[in-house]
Amino acid sequence: MPTDQASGAGAGSIVRSAAQNTPLLLDIRNLQVEYLTPHGPVRAVDNVSIAVQSGEVVGLAGESGSGKSTLAHAILRILHPPALITGGEILFSGKDTLTMNMTELEQFRWRSVSIVFQSAMNALNPVMRIRDQLLDVMQCHGISKAEANRQAVRLFELVGIDPQRLDAYPHQLSGGMRQRTVIAIALALNPPLLIMDEPTTALDVVVQKDILQQIVHLKERMGFSILFITHDLSLLVEFSTHIAIMYAGEIVEKAPARELFTNPLHPYTVGLMNSFPSIRGEKKKLTGIPGSPPDLISPPGGCRFHPRCPRMMPECPVKAPANKAVAEDHTVACYLY
Amino acid sequence: MKYLLKHIGLYLAAAWASLTINFLLPRAMPGDPVTSMIARMHGKMTPEQIEALRKAFGFSNAPILQQYFDYMTHVLRGDFGLSISAYPEKVSTIISSAFVWTLLLGIVTLILSFVIGTILGVIVGWRRGGRLDSILPGLFNFLGSFPYFFLAMLTLFILGFLLKWFPLSHAYSDYLSPGWNLAFVGSVITHLALPATTVILVSIGGWLIGMRSTMVGVLAEDYITMAEAKGLPEWRVMFQYAMRNAILPNFTQFGMSVGFILGGLILTELVFAYPGLGFYLIRSVMASDYPLMQALFFMITLTVLAANFIVDLLYVRLDPRVRVS
Repeated sequence: MPTDQASGAGAGSIVRSAAQNTPLLLDIRNLQVEYLTPHGPVRAVDNVSIAVQSGEVVGLAGESGSGKSTLAHAILRILHPPALITGGEILFSGKDTLTMNMTELEQFRWRSVSIVFQSAMNALNPVMRIRDQLLDVMQCHGISKAEANRQAVRLFELVGIDPQRLDAYPHQLSGGMRQRTVIAIALALNPPLLIMDEPTTALDVVVQKDILQQIVHLKERMGFSILFITHDLSLLVEFSTHIAIMYAGEIVEKAPARELFTNPLHPYTVGLMNSFPSIRGEKKKLTGIPGSPPDLISPPGGCRFHPRCPRMMPECPVKAPANKAVAEDHTVACYLY
Repeated sequence: MKYLLKHIGLYLAAAWASLTINFLLPRAMPGDPVTSMIARMHGKMTPEQIEALRKAFGFSNAPILQQYFDYMTHVLRGDFGLSISAYPEKVSTIISSAFVWTLLLGIVTLILSFVIGTILGVIVGWRRGGRLDSILPGLFNFLGSFPYFFLAMLTLFILGFLLKWFPLSHAYSDYLSPGWNLAFVGSVITHLALPATTVILVSIGGWLIGMRSTMVGVLAEDYITMAEAKGLPEWRVMFQYAMRNAILPNFTQFGMSVGFILGGLILTELVFAYPGLGFYLIRSVMASDYPLMQALFFMITLTVLAANFIVDLLYVRLDPRVRVS
């Protein structure tokens, strides 16, 4: 497995010089996902490369509709028509998930990668007891019922819910408890990678903070890696190791978290930064980004961000800029650099 | 428990209301069955005979409250009086034999069409946009919107009259007497086949479309995506997660249909000369046979209420969210 693309041009993954011999935990290369609509294909994920190493928290940030969730679903191969993976590779520990058959896939899901959904209310089946929703995933992955029951109690203790609530129905739990439950289910098989698709968006700020701390704590204890998807860049800065910024299906900037925070380069990244108050740091004026995300059926030519970009140049609408390495591990797709 | 008591009370009130309406309606109508019977006799009756008839049919000049009270006690004892069109047969005798045939036809067709339609709806909804999805809903919709009597008479004419594969009328062969033996049961089944098939063909569409649309809605939910991401086998996601949630509206509909079994098969019973309640309902209306009509309407309301009550109870089991509210 070549892991020497640190220069990052084109296929540039977030690849660090460290792990030379062991394959990356998750290595997505030039992934392309299209939605086939009556008005023509919509490229929701376009030539995206991103990598997660063991023990890392990689953040993926962007506005709604930028293709973040589509990417997450593509990793688990749970996309349905009209969505179609039309190109690229997804390697998990060196194994290509795109060539797996149904049986391999069912084994791969949850055991290797699990996912925490945005809204816990909708992620739990309303007519099944929590216990059954925890047990079915363990049992279908070959854990005996007795062992699964013991594990269920352990998991609930781990996420800080009274194990007696295992026999509750989802509507009997509060929003925060439901999200903890979903996290407990995600950890049921102790997978090496968790995808968190805006896990705290539906919660109020206090509970949000609680849950995030819990995630960090669990990660330290159990050692899984996280692909953390959010539109709230300030959350990522708090605890991720690397951050990728997605816009209209493309990754426009990738960098280590601290680097991105201190030295954001792409005008879109800068715009995102100014859209959220930071928890620490001085007071600043929130500006946001004017305009709205482009229609992906007929995206703007050249750089897709140019119609909203405050620093547009003549070449921007003509030709899309390539990914360019500007520093160690820091790539950006913009003509400014 | 509180839920249960509250519902029992509600249903009792509804039953009482329908009984009362049943009592008032014939009395609000002009004329009465005895008068029409006298007319049929062309005045060849003595006043004494007329008075005796009036008494036999329960008409009296007693105060309306007294009449109401008598009526209620009779109904509660299951005594609906004498039929006029089949005088002097008791209404309860007519109804009890017709009831069995309608129940048989109704339950067989309802269960088969519900099961087939729902399962097809689940499959078609699961693979929405697929090949089956482009054929089945349209086909069954077409069959369902076809004039039923035409479909029924067409099948009766082709399969019964021309090909002689199935009998033309009645619930069992005239040469057999009822009993639990192979010949009789076989005869009942062959007599049931045609009317049942036509009803099933016509009603599958409703179940299928209903199930399909709720399936499509449920499939967009995150818990379906999550179930799939968990690596559960496809059939399990389809039935335990998707169908289990999507079936709730269809289930309510099922309960209501159980109630309408008794009154809903009139056309079928007429075309296939199947001796069920619908067959007698038409006859009682034609002959202004009020006692029979009253009893039939009462049976229909009672089954509607009973079926709804049972569905209400089962719903609590099926949907835990109902239990709190």
